[in-house]
Amino acid sequence: MSDTLIMTGRSVRLSRRNVDALIMAMALPVMLLLIFVYFFGGAINTGTEYVTYVVPGVLLLCAGFGSASTAVAVTEDLKGGVIDRFRSLDIGGTPILAGHVLASTARNLIATALVFALAFAIGFRPSAGPGGWLAAIGLLVAYIAALSWLSATVGLLVKSPEAAGGFTFFVSFLPYPSSAFVPTDTMPSWLQGFAAHQPVTHVIEAVRGLLLGQPVGSTGWVALAWCTGILAASVAASGALFKRRTA
Amino acid sequence: MPDAPAIEATGLRKTYGKVEVLRGLDLAVPRGTVHALLGPNGAGKTTTVRILATLTEADAGSARVAGHDLRTERARARRAISLTGQFAALDEMQTGAENLRMMARLTRTHGGARTSRAAARTRAAELLDRFDLADAADRLVRTYSGGMRRRLDLAASLVGQPEVIFLDEPTAGLDPRSRQELWSVVRELSARGTTVFLTTQYLEEADRLADRIAVLHGGELVAEGTSEELKRRVAGQRLDVVLTDPAAYLRLVSQAVYSEPETRTLGFLTDGGAPQVRALLDALDPDGTVIERFSLHTATLDDVFLTLTKPAHQEPSHV
Ligand SMILES: Nc1ncnc2c1ncn2[C@@H]1O[C@H](COP(=O)(O)OP(=O)(O)O)[C@@H](O)[C@H]1O
Ligand SMILES: [Mg+2]
Repeated sequence: MSDTLIMTGRSVRLSRRNVDALIMAMALPVMLLLIFVYFFGGAINTGTEYVTYVVPGVLLLCAGFGSASTAVAVTEDLKGGVIDRFRSLDIGGTPILAGHVLASTARNLIATALVFALAFAIGFRPSAGPGGWLAAIGLLVAYIAALSWLSATVGLLVKSPEAAGGFTFFVSFLPYPSSAFVPTDTMPSWLQGFAAHQPVTHVIEAVRGLLLGQPVGSTGWVALAWCTGILAASVAASGALFKRRTA
Repeated sequence: MPDAPAIEATGLRKTYGKVEVLRGLDLAVPRGTVHALLGPNGAGKTTTVRILATLTEADAGSARVAGHDLRTERARARRAISLTGQFAALDEMQTGAENLRMMARLTRTHGGARTSRAAARTRAAELLDRFDLADAADRLVRTYSGGMRRRLDLAASLVGQPEVIFLDEPTAGLDPRSRQELWSVVRELSARGTTVFLTTQYLEEADRLADRIAVLHGGELVAEGTSEELKRRVAGQRLDVVLTDPAAYLRLVSQAVYSEPETRTLGFLTDGGAPQVRALLDALDPDGTVIERFSLHTATLDDVFLTLTKPAHQEPSHV
């Protein structure tokens, strides 16, 4: 455990100094929120105030983008010799990756706080009680951690930071065919099937429901199951991949 | 096991795909000595060091380092050794002090206990001082010169006060001054009782630093001993001949240990005695027409090395 804390401190320092990526991770959510609300919001009818509808979507979109930089951090590590030094100190792959994942989670939570602050300023009025907030934040953390670890796994699979960047594109795209920005029943029917069942939709529906104080039924559990499933699969796969890449 | 040799390896083998990099390597390095593994590029030096430093597993054979078996007591072995690889194992975006403190905190003592934050801070400061990096301690490693980086890398490998330290081509790419500095660090380490196992492509380096030298070629050790023994082992003298025409030069160049095309000079090893020199001259030039002049020199370690690693020794490992 204390290895993980030391490695997290390292990853936090490294990401604090990657100024370009940090500015991007903070500015993108803010810009996206403004673009969705003011550029598209007027034309989209969701039955509620659009800013209230879209905030969870923007949060997940940015979580995807922010988590994906974990892949780049892992490929950078593998390029240099530092992993060998950690290994010769008997530090396994899990603490190293967990350090990146926890740093990514911290980064994303700051971006999330920024989005909430701005959203409040432009009219976001959720009606959740403390329990709802806690559950929503918890689900967001689970989603960010799952995507970050998935991203770390991708970092172990690809050979270059550039290829890892490709993963960012894929993950950032995933929230579009979901209920993040428009209700899925406005999509063509062939897309509805995918959009209604993909993990992002469950997470968004659950977070939205929790924040608005609506009953979420089983959606919350399905969303949590997706997140823990992705996380567990990623932890297992990355453990094996780490051994293979560093043998 | 304080009396066990620092390194003991028998029959180490390693194959990558079809390339047989090591084919049965035996090593014995006494405690407190400096041992050089000498070999040309691609000879398998890095592979050997990575196996001994527990980072790569051998396909066959066994090894003990600091008395610990690398397969069954890997964690203990890791606590007793350190490796400074060919490429700096540092975070460019952390400062020198941050790198060292982090490594110090990740280091476990020989008993397995963890280093406290305060102890790590002290250890890092000590090492920064010792390696003349105190002024640069709070600068990002990205801004360091090649020599500073190498020193910091070495400092990082010493946080745990290892008994055996592996240095893979420690002076590759360094300017002469930084090279000298690194040599004195190695001597100092050795003076403190640390066993140093280093690899190098430079004979001069092996000659100056090492108590014993092992020459790796074609996946095997082709020679092992002190530099004096190695020199004696091959031959004492080098016969240089100047040839009359380029055709003769081309015909004989493959047998020579030394060649200088501009002056059509070729060098051959001999014991320097008259019978051998006469026989050698006759063998090279049966008709007495192609050798213009000759001279005799003491063979250098370079000659020895080139003889030992002549392509004739070279087998399928390099196809
Ligand atoms: N991980 C690896 N995968 C495939 N081939 C390798 C690997 N590591 C080393 N080799 C091959 O093994 C041979 C010896 O390499 P190395 O130990 O790095 O030599 P040296 O350090 O003496 O230059 C080379 O032919 C190299 O291409
Ligand atoms: Mg090498």
